[in-house]
Amino acid sequence: MNAELQSRQEQIVEEFSFYEDWMEKYEQLIDMGKELAVLSDEHRQDEHLIRGCQSRVWLSATRTEEKHVRFYADSDAIITKGLVALMVRVLDGLPAKDIAESDLWFIEKIGLDKHLSPTRANGLHSMVQQMKRYGVAFQAK
Amino acid sequence: MGYLERYIGSRMSSALDTSAVRAQFPILGRQVHGKPLVYLDHAASSQKPVAVIEAQREYLMHYHSNVHRGAHALSQQATDAFERARSTVQYHIGAEHLEEIIWVAGATDGINLVAQAWGREHIQSGDVILITCMEHHANIVPWQMLAEERGAKVEAVNILEDGTLDDDDFQEKLKLGPKLVAFMHVSNTLGTINDAQRLTKMAKGAGAVVLIDGSQALPHMMVDVVDLGCDFYVFSGHKAYGPTGIGVLYGKKAILEAMKPWRGGGEMIDVVSLKNGTTYAGLPHKFEAGTPHISGAIGLGVALQWLTGLGLKSVMDHETILSSQARHQLGKIDGMRFIGSAPSTSGVVSFVVEGVHPYDLGTLLDQQGIAVRTGHHCTQPIMEHFDIPGTVRASFGAYNTLQEVDVLVQGVERALKMLR
Repeated sequence: MNAELQSRQEQIVEEFSFYEDWMEKYEQLIDMGKELAVLSDEHRQDEHLIRGCQSRVWLSATRTEEKHVRFYADSDAIITKGLVALMVRVLDGLPAKDIAESDLWFIEKIGLDKHLSPTRANGLHSMVQQMKRYGVAFQAK
Repeated sequence: MGYLERYIGSRMSSALDTSAVRAQFPILGRQVHGKPLVYLDHAASSQKPVAVIEAQREYLMHYHSNVHRGAHALSQQATDAFERARSTVQYHIGAEHLEEIIWVAGATDGINLVAQAWGREHIQSGDVILITCMEHHANIVPWQMLAEERGAKVEAVNILEDGTLDDDDFQEKLKLGPKLVAFMHVSNTLGTINDAQRLTKMAKGAGAVVLIDGSQALPHMMVDVVDLGCDFYVFSGHKAYGPTGIGVLYGKKAILEAMKPWRGGGEMIDVVSLKNGTTYAGLPHKFEAGTPHISGAIGLGVALQWLTGLGLKSVMDHETILSSQARHQLGKIDGMRFIGSAPSTSGVVSFVVEGVHPYDLGTLLDQQGIAVRTGHHCTQPIMEHFDIPGTVRASFGAYNTLQEVDVLVQGVERALKMLR
């Protein structure tokens, strides 16, 4: 597996391990959401909306010369935006192939899979699937 | 100053002995995310008192059997309890005849039954079905499906800024001569209590058949279908302290008798012959094909008795006090906007806060053990009307307390500190 991907996941797990209380973990997510750049109109299009979320999530991507993927994402809800930011932080700029084949073990490690409500967990799942789909598509090009 | 104003702002005790009521709900003793559960999602589904849980358990442990069949003792006992529950419903809603009470899976099922069994017979091309903009999807989609099939049209009465029905628009749309007028008694999203008796009278005056969705009314207030004058009244058991999967369709006897069955199967027949065809059973069994939800019906009967035991007037007063108090306290929060503030509301408080997504607020309330619902509450036309993505909805039942209102308000304040 991509070493950069591994170290990014380890870094996030370490950051989240500082907090025992989930209110604090949410606070962390909210901060990450607030820090994520506002999406330009070019990417904030209905065609980039991900289905299956109670809030709206936009996700689009471009490919660099070296088949690396740049992600552009946003949400109208701040916690969701935090989750979006988290995913972008882990996968942004990596080679398409590594994104397509990525094992995102940090999600389980920090307890997101168990803790999120079913609608949020579905939304996160859709987001991960969509990012991997970009990886697959850009790898083939 | 009315009794309500005297309660609001003062910390007077409520119309119900809530600690005695709460003691009957085992689930309220549990914790969520390490915090005591504050269940404010009554309008989505109410919790169940021990009496209901025990009645279902008793049936399953001691006399489960199929109803209306078999010569044995268990079947007789199950049938007796099942039919007793039907008569409990009859008295609870003031129906004239026992056979006017049809067991269905829930309000949605009841509305679909009417759309199929009555609608396909009576709605013709060009006809108008009149609903309102505040309806639950369950009272919209079955009519759209019927209209599409029959070439009819669904029209909807507007709502005003405070979440009341636009009376002028209602009168205006009645001039279209709708064959059917279907509306909700109490709004699940806005809390608005419609003057169902008056609306029914106007609709009947215009020659329409009237269906009322009473899902939110039945757990909250006294309902008398004869006083209301409606042709059909539907509700779900699980919102009225009863089990899921069971509900009631009330229909006036004459109109039900004239309707053909919708679903075919066992239980609903008189004679089945492959040579001579099939004749159907009379009311109410004609509309109850297949083995019914026996434990559900028994549980619902007990739930309604339990509700009557508490006193529906006290329950309504109690819920009104809680929701008024919540509005009073939440109203002090900067950027707070209530969606639905009709003069007459139930135990439902829907709100949005400027600059905050309802979903974020709901998530952080959940973290604090407070269960509310966020989203469109199956009423997307209302969200469209107010141009919002959704609301946070707190809804109160007989077991909620003024202390829980405080917890909600503090929870909202804490969440907003994080989100803004």
